[in-house]
Amino acid sequence: MITILLDRIGRSLLPLLVAAPLLSATVCILLRRARWAWSLALVVSWGVFADAAYLLYHVVHFGPISYAQGGWRAPWGIELRLDLLNALVLVIVTGICAVVALAAPRSLAQEVPERKHYRIWALYLLCMTGLAGMTITGDAFNIFVFLEISSLSSYVLISQGTTRRALTSSVQYLVMGTIGGTFFLLGVGMIYMVTGTLNIHDMAVQLSTVGPNRTVLVALACIGVGVGIKLAVFPLHIWLPNAYTFAPAIVTAFLAATATKVAYYVLVRFVFSVFGVHLAFNELHLHVVLLPLAILAMFMGSIVAIFQSDIKRMLAYSSVAQIGYMVFGLSLASLPGLTGGIVHLFNHALMKSGLFLVMACVLLRTGSTKLEAMHGLGRKMPLTMAAFVLGGLSLAGVPATVGFVSKWFLVKGALEAGYWYLAVLVLLSSLLALVYIWRVVEVAYFRPPHPDGPEIREAPLSMLVPTWMLIGATLVFGLYTPFSVGVAQAAAKMLLGISS
Amino acid sequence: MISTGLYNYWVVIVLMMTGLYVVIARGNLLKKIIGLNIFQVSVIMFYVSMGKINGGTAPIVAKGFEVYSNPIPSVLMLTAIVVGVATSAVGLSLLVRIQEAYGTIEEDDIRTEERQEEIS
Repeated sequence: MITILLDRIGRSLLPLLVAAPLLSATVCILLRRARWAWSLALVVSWGVFADAAYLLYHVVHFGPISYAQGGWRAPWGIELRLDLLNALVLVIVTGICAVVALAAPRSLAQEVPERKHYRIWALYLLCMTGLAGMTITGDAFNIFVFLEISSLSSYVLISQGTTRRALTSSVQYLVMGTIGGTFFLLGVGMIYMVTGTLNIHDMAVQLSTVGPNRTVLVALACIGVGVGIKLAVFPLHIWLPNAYTFAPAIVTAFLAATATKVAYYVLVRFVFSVFGVHLAFNELHLHVVLLPLAILAMFMGSIVAIFQSDIKRMLAYSSVAQIGYMVFGLSLASLPGLTGGIVHLFNHALMKSGLFLVMACVLLRTGSTKLEAMHGLGRKMPLTMAAFVLGGLSLAGVPATVGFVSKWFLVKGALEAGYWYLAVLVLLSSLLALVYIWRVVEVAYFRPPHPDGPEIREAPLSMLVPTWMLIGATLVFGLYTPFSVGVAQAAAKMLLGISS
Repeated sequence: MISTGLYNYWVVIVLMMTGLYVVIARGNLLKKIIGLNIFQVSVIMFYVSMGKINGGTAPIVAKGFEVYSNPIPSVLMLTAIVVGVATSAVGLSLLVRIQEAYGTIEEDDIRTEERQEEIS
């Protein structure tokens, strides 16, 4: 009796994740007042986060949830389906949405005129709708629709930056993002030709009977390229640094931790759930392409980051490198490797949005995100810069931070697969992260502040608290691993078909 | 009924490559958006072609109509067309803003201006 009731509750909470932000986005447009729209966005994003957190608990204890939209049963109707993998991704994505929304008003007021704020919040909620939808849907075409909802709103959000270069970066992202989305659509079409279904679960069943043929191979390539562009896998990353640098600080903190992460989830879902390990790695040799690209991303991203004078841009290149680690974990296709990839998705979302929020604080107080503006900030903004140092150490993978946990699994995965030299490369590239973080630390702590510079105070509490929530979480999950690692490991076991 | 064979798919490939080439090769941002549209149209044609059965009719229940084409790909493409239109709308309005901010929508000119901005 109680289990039936719980099942009902779980199923009825699932569609709310998409419906609530979608409907409130339109309400935001009607409200028109910046403060009201923000309050609504804040309430909705925290509500959705609470919903996602409960659903993760539900999935861990009672198993996957499936919801048939409009009463049409899968595989004919569009199914919403939540299992361990997307429940974890959902929690981190909605959590970041909620925390960033909390930090937003001060920073947004600095960069965007107040009359535009209500539209920003509408777009923010729409982007959240798309990201949550991509994560929970069990229908391949539906992923495309939600992908475009989130992408279109993020193009507009990026174009709201203060300089005119925000416009050109937004167009660059639009062109590449649309090509990515269309390639994805093409790949889904090819799977549909072979299997006659759009339901992800059903696709997997049908594909296992079809086996490898030319159409399936091309479908995997199209989906790989399409999602790869949204994920910013190394040679397809060129939209990312500009978009992250010129977008408003809050938008960067939001997108850096959510958009690429959901794209990674989609890639994992297709490679492991739809195509399956045997088809993707033994027949189609995906790792031959992805492993070298992942290694290149780790090194190129970090090396380019070292030479940046704009810290936002530096962190953007560091994202390219970190995405390399996630792809590395995926292409090992083993339990520790995939666990490392998924855990790194979770961890990187926390540390990168934390670091971008630090940059929002720095921008608010100094008016610049350039390295030379950070002279002596260690003494003037001690709490903000301490957050930067901790986040930076986490990027480098120092023990007791989350970065260490994910790298531990990646190195373990590489060693288990017999690639000891890849393990060495992972460690070497982590040292590079230490180099670019050290540049900032040196300037902020060991150089005197500009003598004739303006008076700089500590960042306001409304931004410090959310920043420390994220940075604090990187420490908590670095020391207390059962939650993030436990769920990721169970998800990896499920994907690889290992019974626990 | 005339059998179309793989003719549709050849058109799809030609359109797709044309679209991609325009996006990559043209410096004018407006032409890039047009290229994107051609690229998207090719995928729409791809879907609609795969649902078509030679001699098939619309999926209606009536006497004498037994073979019908698969309606789902066509229905899916209604959504894809909407997405395409929305993308073009956002892209074009961004171009208007770029024209206002830079006075040009040629990629090379924009890049020269940005480089000068960085130096100064």
